[in-house]
Amino acid sequence: MADPVATRDVRVSPHGTAVTPGARVVQVQKSLMTHNDGVAAANRAAFEGCLVLNIVSSPGSGKTALLERSVRELAGDLRVAVVVGDLETDNDAIRIHAAGAPSVQIVTGTVCHLEAEMVARAVDQLDLAGLDVLVIENVGNLVCPASWDLGEDLRVTLLSTTEGEDKPLKYPRIFKDADAVVINKVDIAEAVGFDRERALDAVAKVSPGTPVFELSARTGEGMDAWLAFVRERLAAKRG
Amino acid sequence: MHEFGLVISMIDLAEEAARKEGADVIEAIHVEIGALSGVVPEALEFAFGGARAGTMAATARLEVTYIPAIAYCATCQSEFELDNRFGIAMCPTCDTPSADLRQGREMHVSHLEVA
Repeated sequence: MADPVATRDVRVSPHGTAVTPGARVVQVQKSLMTHNDGVAAANRAAFEGCLVLNIVSSPGSGKTALLERSVRELAGDLRVAVVVGDLETDNDAIRIHAAGAPSVQIVTGTVCHLEAEMVARAVDQLDLAGLDVLVIENVGNLVCPASWDLGEDLRVTLLSTTEGEDKPLKYPRIFKDADAVVINKVDIAEAVGFDRERALDAVAKVSPGTPVFELSARTGEGMDAWLAFVRERLAAKRG
Repeated sequence: MHEFGLVISMIDLAEEAARKEGADVIEAIHVEIGALSGVVPEALEFAFGGARAGTMAATARLEVTYIPAIAYCATCQSEFELDNRFGIAMCPTCDTPSADLRQGREMHVSHLEVA
């Protein structure tokens, strides 16, 4: 058992004041994310030739289904690979692989999000130079993944019609930081009483100007606009 | 539960700064944790208790300063403090949600006390 840590809840920051007699104060002013952000920058440099998407959502909103269909439809002319993060199992990687893309599973164990270093290790198993699009499927969680830059070009936040229209208001950070929002399962929107206007309004309030793609990964409805967006962004990155 | 990884980063940053100052012992690490950083201070303290052994901070105190979340309401043109830890930023005056978070995501080592 570790020794108990002496802590003190200082509600007012005691900048520059030494509490311990005789101690010297050393200013640091560095983020705890410094290490992750450094690895993310190295990832970004390694991803120079391909478009990298970081897909975040709640569990069960259809990240893997979206990727399966996206992979199938892009694989005709683009080389796509997927890195999948999950707490346990490699079920998702198997599904992606069956759809026709090389995939690497990251089993995070108890970690609730992917970190840049996990992605760096995973992509070691892929031929990055031969890729057009790399998709990183983050752990299903709308809170923690928001803090961790992986080196992606685009962060895509996925919301499904079964989740409730106010998700963007409840988890504004992950929607605010999104470069695109996908609303999945529109085929069952009516059956589950999804209020489309309210959902779009919520996204617009939290993340004004972010493109929204309404689609069904199951039926294929709306996939064209989403895939065109991915192709456009790839073309834009390659200049 | 990503506090353990953060604590490792925290000790690395602290040791690097302390060594640069020619210090032998870190007496205290002062961190600033934003209300919306996703970091649970109690978990940070627990992780620190396990991670500090064998480092320059082996007997150090951890001093946590909580930074409240503050958002800006474009309608009212004023800042307001969020009244929850979930990141729901509804302006208390006009009830409009704000995406303009001005403060509250911090996870910083601010300073150390060394000897």
